[in-house]
Amino acid sequence: METILTLQNLSKKFGLIKAVQNLSFTIEKGNVYGILGPNGSGKSTTLGMVLNVVNKTSGNFHWFDGKVAVHNALKKVGAIIERPNFYPYMSAYDNLKLVCKIKNVPTDRIDEKLELVGLLERKYSSFKTFSLGMKQRLAIASALLNDPEILILDEPTNGLDPQGIHQIREIIKKIAAKGTTILLASHLLDEVEKVCSHVVILRKGEKIYSGRVDEMVASQGFFELKTDQENQLLSYLQNNNSFGKIKRQDGLITAFLTAPMNAADFNQQMFKEGIVLSHLVQRKESLEEQFLILTKNQSN
Amino acid sequence: MLRLLQIEFQKLWLNKTSKILLLISFIFPLSILILSSIKINFFGYFTLDLSETKIFEFPYIWHITTFFIAGFKFFFAIVVVSMIGNEYSNRTLKQNLIDGLSKKEVILSKFYFILAYSLVITLVVFIITLTIGVLNTPSQDLYIDTIFSGSEFILAYFVKLLTFFSFCLFVGVLIKRSAFALGFLFISFILELILYGLFRFEWYNYDVSNQVMQFFPFTSMWNLIDEPATRIVALHNPSDMVVTDYPAYWYEFLIAGVWIFIYIFLSYRLLKRRDL
Repeated sequence: METILTLQNLSKKFGLIKAVQNLSFTIEKGNVYGILGPNGSGKSTTLGMVLNVVNKTSGNFHWFDGKVAVHNALKKVGAIIERPNFYPYMSAYDNLKLVCKIKNVPTDRIDEKLELVGLLERKYSSFKTFSLGMKQRLAIASALLNDPEILILDEPTNGLDPQGIHQIREIIKKIAAKGTTILLASHLLDEVEKVCSHVVILRKGEKIYSGRVDEMVASQGFFELKTDQENQLLSYLQNNNSFGKIKRQDGLITAFLTAPMNAADFNQQMFKEGIVLSHLVQRKESLEEQFLILTKNQSN
Repeated sequence: MLRLLQIEFQKLWLNKTSKILLLISFIFPLSILILSSIKINFFGYFTLDLSETKIFEFPYIWHITTFFIAGFKFFFAIVVVSMIGNEYSNRTLKQNLIDGLSKKEVILSKFYFILAYSLVITLVVFIITLTIGVLNTPSQDLYIDTIFSGSEFILAYFVKLLTFFSFCLFVGVLIKRSAFALGFLFISFILELILYGLFRFEWYNYDVSNQVMQFFPFTSMWNLIDEPATRIVALHNPSDMVVTDYPAYWYEFLIAGVWIFIYIFLSYRLLKRRDL
């Protein structure tokens, strides 16, 4: 598989504070990655280092095959960091034209990209007249001008209203559907869960997990059950090795699986036992729950 | 190089303030054209005709125009300082780097623009000076070697501008904020003036102070085009000849050149070491 970005023991210190410590991971072409972590966990610093704006303290990183200079590699990357930064006195079109000059790409894709983010009718309005949502969409258009190999988004929905958040997510999904590799940094777990296939989780500058989202926690998932014959059900579950922990709260029984089991088989088994379920849901932990489990494990 | 120039030109030309300052800095030198042709009649008492002072004739005109027009460099100095300050305040410097401009290219694009501006304005001044000179010098004196004698001041003017704007660029990178950077420029000018005063009147004498101070930023620029007043006075009263050291010497160009290199190199180093 083609590698887009490789980090090897990358570290950054700001004085005594270790913002990023010995971070290593690789980004492969075609996947959608999330970098997760609470505020101040080193997400933006990491992105800053690979994007040439923050100097690394030690370690290495390289783009693609490592043969091109970082600033030239960045011409094949599209990135938005925290806040949209443009020249306020220039129009949307002029701002994008400038980006084209910097990236050495022709200017004929400007209209197409403005169309994609729904700003074509504001093409000649100056940037300072834009709302935050529009500014962020212009930033996305600008990041896409070179049809990048990878799109890097750092907190793209920060500070937006629900409508703006929705618009940005729709655009990201559209881009991901085209097969563009995406690296999305966020502290909003549901945001990452909705679009990412892989995650890197950081805490206090250290990596605590990297890999597929669904393999994050070694877990078989759990059943959520409701029935009128609670005692019968509980005793069945307790005597079955396939179930580990069992929780009962507000009439909802949660049974954690220790071995894989299919909901239909379980339902059939219940019928044989003469237990009628009024509610049966098989679920895996949400990213948020997994994240909390993972960070808790680490702190122990 | 052309790409970097185009980038910088777009940034400045689309900014209203920079555009106005750029235009002003080109229009003002033209005012000396008007000044040279003016004859002011003070209510019939006497007529002030500057052209009678011979200052608009070759070879003096080269010295006079370059000296006075250099005073208008402050308009572009504001542009230079703000072209760094604005990048910081709009955070566009960060975005430029992310988009694929290297830190070296950032500094180079600014330097190329300064270079191009200095070249163009020098050309304008050259044409203006030539025009005034040809119009004012008695026609029997118009030989090629009279016309171009003293024209080394044009080169001195160019180097002076380049040194000054490179200094502004460096201060802009150092201070990051336009207003503070301009303040710093002004204060450093005053400080050097005080230092010069101390050297000359308190610690040492005229010769030593000149020898030491010629290496300082502002004095090195000043030395390229010395003030022309004493030279003009000497021209009219050859009897009370004051010793003036007006020509632009090669080592003065060298000192200024070294400063340009230092300014640009330090700007680059400063930017490279910074986290944005």
